[in-house]
Amino acid sequence: MDCYTANWNPLGDSAFYRKYELYSMDWDLKEELRDCLVAAAPYGGPIALLRNPWRKEKPASVRPVLDIYSASGMPLASLPWKSGPVVSLGWSAEEELLCVQEDGVVLVYGLHGDFRRHFSMGNEVLQNRVLDARIFHTEFGSGVAILTGAHRFTLSANVGDLKLRRMPEVPGLQSAPSCWTTLCQDRVAHVLLAVGPDLYLLDHAACSTVTPPGLAPGVSSFLQMAVSFTYRHLALFTDTGYIWMGTASLKEKLCEFNCNIRAPPKQMVWCSRPRSKEKAVVVAWEKRLMVVGDAPESIQYKQLTIQVLLDRLVLRRLYPLAIQICEYLRLPEVQGVSRILAHWACYKVQQKDVSDEDVARAINQKLGDTPGVSYSDIAARAYGCGRTELAIKLLEYEPRSGEQVPLLLKMKRSKLALSKAIESGDTDLVFTVLLHLKNELNRGDFFMTLRNQPMALSLYRQFCKHQELETLKDLYNQDDNHQELGSFHIRASYAAEERIEGRVAALQTAADAFYKAKNEFAAKATEDQMRLLRLQRRLEDELGGQFLDLSLHDTVTTLILGGHNKRAEQLARDFRIPDKRLWWLKLTALAALEDWEELEKFSKSKKSPIGYLPFVEICMKQHNKYEAKKYASRVGPEQKVKALLLVGDVAQAADVAIERRNEAELSLVLSHCTGATDGVTADKIQRARAQAQKK
Amino acid sequence: MAAHLSYGRVNLNVLREAVRRELREFLDKCAGSKAIVWDEYLTGPFGLIAQYSLLKEHEVEKMFTLKASRLPAADVKNIIFFVRPRLELMDIIAENVLSEDRRGPARDFHILFVPRRSLLCEQRLKDLGVLGSFIHREEYSLDLIPFDGDLLSMESEGAFKQVANMMIRMKREFTGSQNSVFPVFDNLLLLDRNVDLLTPLATQLTYEGLIDEIYGIQNSYVKLPPEKFAPKKQGDGGKDLPTEAKKLQLNSAEELYAEIRDKNFNAVGSVLSKKAKVISAAFEERHNAKTVGEIKQFVSQLPHMQAARGSLANHTSIAELIKDVTTSEDFFDKLTVEQEFMSGIDTDKVNGYIEDCIAQKHSLIKVLRLVCLQSVCNSGLKQKVLDYYKREILQTYGYEHILTLHNLEKAGLLKPQIGGRNNYPTIRKTLRLWMDDVNEQNPTDISYVYSGYAPLSVRLAQLLARPGWRSIEEVLRILPGPHFEERQPLPTGLQKKRQPGENRVTLIFFLGGVTFAEVAALRFLSQLEDGEIRASFSQ
Repeated sequence: MDCYTANWNPLGDSAFYRKYELYSMDWDLKEELRDCLVAAAPYGGPIALLRNPWRKEKPASVRPVLDIYSASGMPLASLPWKSGPVVSLGWSAEEELLCVQEDGVVLVYGLHGDFRRHFSMGNEVLQNRVLDARIFHTEFGSGVAILTGAHRFTLSANVGDLKLRRMPEVPGLQSAPSCWTTLCQDRVAHVLLAVGPDLYLLDHAACSTVTPPGLAPGVSSFLQMAVSFTYRHLALFTDTGYIWMGTASLKEKLCEFNCNIRAPPKQMVWCSRPRSKEKAVVVAWEKRLMVVGDAPESIQYKQLTIQVLLDRLVLRRLYPLAIQICEYLRLPEVQGVSRILAHWACYKVQQKDVSDEDVARAINQKLGDTPGVSYSDIAARAYGCGRTELAIKLLEYEPRSGEQVPLLLKMKRSKLALSKAIESGDTDLVFTVLLHLKNELNRGDFFMTLRNQPMALSLYRQFCKHQELETLKDLYNQDDNHQELGSFHIRASYAAEERIEGRVAALQTAADAFYKAKNEFAAKATEDQMRLLRLQRRLEDELGGQFLDLSLHDTVTTLILGGHNKRAEQLARDFRIPDKRLWWLKLTALAALEDWEELEKFSKSKKSPIGYLPFVEICMKQHNKYEAKKYASRVGPEQKVKALLLVGDVAQAADVAIERRNEAELSLVLSHCTGATDGVTADKIQRARAQAQKK
Repeated sequence: MAAHLSYGRVNLNVLREAVRRELREFLDKCAGSKAIVWDEYLTGPFGLIAQYSLLKEHEVEKMFTLKASRLPAADVKNIIFFVRPRLELMDIIAENVLSEDRRGPARDFHILFVPRRSLLCEQRLKDLGVLGSFIHREEYSLDLIPFDGDLLSMESEGAFKQVANMMIRMKREFTGSQNSVFPVFDNLLLLDRNVDLLTPLATQLTYEGLIDEIYGIQNSYVKLPPEKFAPKKQGDGGKDLPTEAKKLQLNSAEELYAEIRDKNFNAVGSVLSKKAKVISAAFEERHNAKTVGEIKQFVSQLPHMQAARGSLANHTSIAELIKDVTTSEDFFDKLTVEQEFMSGIDTDKVNGYIEDCIAQKHSLIKVLRLVCLQSVCNSGLKQKVLDYYKREILQTYGYEHILTLHNLEKAGLLKPQIGGRNNYPTIRKTLRLWMDDVNEQNPTDISYVYSGYAPLSVRLAQLLARPGWRSIEEVLRILPGPHFEERQPLPTGLQKKRQPGENRVTLIFFLGGVTFAEVAALRFLSQLEDGEIRASFSQ
């Protein structure tokens, strides 16, 4: 039975360990690993190696080579490194290799060494260079953290949606921290760094000092720190040879171990078996490996989901296998087959030896109208490979015109983009394309393009109305739209011009435009307004008070209220105010002045075109029954009853109504018979009614 | 609880729950304390779906109104802008963000576009150099809530044809990406407001319509003069009269309102007095309650009775306020003129009442509504008549209204008659738009909502249901714009057998707004035809 224990060695008093090889690496390394930058992807993903000639002082004689191997050392890609010095390598969650250059530029490669894109970590990084960099994983994706030569940190928590965050300064930090790491708490990325005996936590708002609970005294420096894959746990290695293990929140200590080695370790990482509840830290020195453990770990590992498995197959170009799995699992098309076909198509467009036509046809044949396939995504990939024509062909298969637009714009096919945007009916897209076109074309060409697209033109006018008034004018001019041009100048006469001369001039331009538009009414009205403005100005000069911007009606009213009856008359004549309205106007103004004498004179000046009921009404409104009665007698028979009721003469109203034998008037009077003395009148009406019925 | 939304066959509460969930999810994405900066326009619509308590539960500590320059100080981690996608608002946001950046400790900014994210706006933020400051930029589709989007409107004639085309295309675009669902609606009727410009010009005469005409209903709330709502028991008479407007929410969750909202106003009084008797009788019951059990029973009903009494008091006050208006001589005169126009009397000459209104400088809106009504009921005004009105309006209300008039002409509300032909009488007769024998108390036809005039839009919907538009093709040709019908085949799996007695459900979509009276008429129709019609509208 001793074969089971043969390869176990004692560890301390109560534990044993063994060592065995899972598999051997297939690779044939030319370099010493120690001379290379190495990055291994999580979950048994690929391994990248880049011989690092920049670390040594001597100039590189040969170009460094970037090699990518599978986890078992099968070569996947090998390419000469042509860009700048690399500080750090790392794999993203999507198995993209991120290479952080000294100048802060991050180059992104695929599993097969295919260049994907690059981005910069910002100006500050460019200026101060990258001192150190880390690629880390969060629930949002993969992030990059940079320590610059100025000892400042910049990070992006998700390189898929790049947002750079410059972390706050550590007060008084003169040299690089002895060690640092990124943490992820409450869905936010932080940086933990050690300077001498102090630990600092940087979130994006502040820098705070933190102290690990239960840390043995005497520490004057932290040599190494490691955070677990789930960001739950943290291990610190001190210059006193202690290893502190606890929660990453630094709120709880799990255990502490004195290893009696004071030399700085080369590496320290958390490790554990899958589904194990025990967590342990492995510390490595040049010639020594130590496992420190016993932290209960309660979380369950998230399994690789089927989606991730499929993604991995796709990344390794094993499309048929992936499709078979989808079919076997009966995954919905959108999540399964469609997605894999789309990936296949994206790979297909990279086959440069096949003609655009053939690629487009092959893709369309296989994908057809498969729901959930985004032709625009495939087209974007084609464009990324420099195949613009192929991209345009592929876009034709895209049913959602809205999706076509951004790519067409990127490919500088703005006019095509415009018609697609219009087709989509998404006004926001149309505006976006229009503004693009406006910057791209000269004004003349831009206007011509608009002319051929009536809907775009009308939308653009709307835009200009809010944003660019001057352009609006040019547009109307181009279209000979004199009516709108006239309106434009009228608006300007109110909004843009302050001086009276300027306003009149703007109105003149408007009037000219209206004449051109054959809108005689508007032209004449505008000329009247110019006349009125000048006149109001003169009135202000001569009489004082405020006249400008009053309507004609109100100007005349103001004159009467100010006692300038002659001027009022003159103005009314000049502007041909209709008689009826002038009577209403005068009546209202004189009553407001309570100038009863003048009102009576006015009422007798000629026969009133509005009758005399309004006189009665307005006097009553001013509570002058005495005056009201004067006019009540002059009200014509049609409205007499109403007038008499208004002045409270119920008896006489009854008489008139009886005389006129008007049933409606009789009921009206009856409804007014509410006073104590009205009983007689009411009887009278009832009698008259009765008589009328007899007949 | 939003009980008023779960009535009827189509449960709109599901929709409300969905938008609430979406809001919660967004708020939780921005971890930590937050302040919301509101585009003021949105506070109304948002009030319909989320109370402050919901926001508070998700760590919203401060609320501000979006204003130029700096934000008020707030010690929060996140600042979230809830805005419509409008360029002028982007400028203000940029100003806010930049001044906040100068202030000190960095905050997280987020932006929630309602109802759509906009590339145009994001471009503007980018140009202003603040786009990168926003961690989350998302959209929140409050589509079924009225939304003013003049900048984003299609600005195109026959917009409804485009809408229909787009819907057909969208169906193709979305196949596969959505789970197949059983359709809730059987028919969809898209109505362009241009087809029926007449109805919105006429004074609505239903209870709800009149509240809207006189006080305006916004997002189901109305603000009323407070005097009538003052508490009755007051020691020092008049001193403590409330000065702030009384704000009331109006919806069918209130039993009494559900009963009277769609009635002709003249039929409301009798309902209110009947209700008053029932309620006071119910309160009298307490004298009859002798045993402990009876008293307990009475007490358990008390809250409901008190609510009913409060509701009755409110609506009695509102009815009194409205009655003051409707019994005035001027209201009567105006209505007479409207009804003359709509029944085709004297539409071709200058109207004396309108003239007098102008001369007395009545409200410009009132005058314009009448002039436009006359124009629509005459297929445009004779040039001389039109010019006379226009001149009178400019001289009285000010020359600047030449722009107002021009806009009305562009909208087709005001126009010269072309070719001297008046089509309105044909339309009126064929569609029976004017009914002389209207019964306001116990209506038999939709015309009760305007006391004689049957809203054209609703008449079209009615005729579409029975006997179909083929019978009125001649009139459809006269009405503005094209008309068309489109059938959408259902996948076999989704066809359902109609149960006996189960009727078709029609969704009616008004492109360009709808009046309360039209909605009342539609509800009336749905009872009459024993089918259900849901009205929804866009602008």
